[in-house]
Amino acid sequence: MANTAALEGINGLRDIRRSPASHLASALEAGSVEGTVVLKEGPFQTMAGIRVDPRSEQGSRIASVAGGLPARCGEVAGSDGVSVLWLGPAEFLVVAPEEAHDSLGGDLIGSLTAALGDAPGQVVDLSANRTTFELSGPRARAVLEKGCAVDLHPRSIKPGTALNTEVGNIPVVLLKSGEESFRLFPRASFADFLGRWLLDAMREYASPEVP
Amino acid sequence: MLLISCPNCGSRDETEFHYGGQAHVAYPENPNDLTDREWAEYLFYRDNTKGTFAERWLHSTGCRQWFNMLRDTVTYDIQAVYPMGTPRPAAAGAAAVAAPDAGTASTAPDSTTTGTAAPSTTATSISPTSTASSTTAPEGATK
Repeated sequence: MANTAALEGINGLRDIRRSPASHLASALEAGSVEGTVVLKEGPFQTMAGIRVDPRSEQGSRIASVAGGLPARCGEVAGSDGVSVLWLGPAEFLVVAPEEAHDSLGGDLIGSLTAALGDAPGQVVDLSANRTTFELSGPRARAVLEKGCAVDLHPRSIKPGTALNTEVGNIPVVLLKSGEESFRLFPRASFADFLGRWLLDAMREYASPEVP
Repeated sequence: MLLISCPNCGSRDETEFHYGGQAHVAYPENPNDLTDREWAEYLFYRDNTKGTFAERWLHSTGCRQWFNMLRDTVTYDIQAVYPMGTPRPAAAGAAAVAAPDAGTASTAPDSTTTGTAAPSTTATSISPTSTASSTTAPEGATK
């Protein structure tokens, strides 16, 4: 259960909050190759971990708040900027803009908690658990394929698909956000490693292609 | 690298999974009635099968769900993936018979017969009373 009452007091700390890969910002900019592959860290996001049986009554209550629950691996549900990613048959990750957080005037966590009520399941505020890397460009898939065994060919993974998998031996949630763009959600403690790993994988595309 | 077909997520790399040991090891109905030896055997002794083996796996970086798998410990051939709580599929018998023909014909039958038959013949030749203790003793413990 999310302890939303305790969050009211953190508003004053918002300005000094640093993202897990903020120290890499200049390196990410220097390592990006405009028009080929670009890597940057995304903005803070509100995330909530949900564990609920989607076929149950509380599951349908949560689905109505979150904008639906995905039914199977890879699916992403949600509406109005809120995405619900499938992590397991009864486990989901809600990703929303930062303003949706209760401490910043939103009501996402609170309304999810209220929808669950006392029924079996859990709603946990995971906003600080993961950071976001946005990898885009024609070579984005080639970069990921150096360390991700999932078939990333466009014929098998469509935009709007999210997979819980490994990239560079790091467990990440990989979301294909566009035809040539991916969003990676590594846990905060892996952000430094994964950021540097991706930069290393991108290095070759800064040089002219060897025919 | 094994390519394991998770019932929820489809084919994924072996590195996403964790091994959970032998499947179908039932919890004793009355643990208090067991002798120390029987309890220790339930806790610590597992089959070391050469050939088709039923084992548990966890898709730890994917859907975090457990499932059972029939895998050949010699060829690493995955013969079946089935949910937790369901009995071992019958297809295993046919696959196990077919396995010696696949190329391990000289070693496979030889080693499996010594593993099971040898302790029983020695026990009967010595005395019938020792049969009970020697058959309940795990095969690996006599070596």
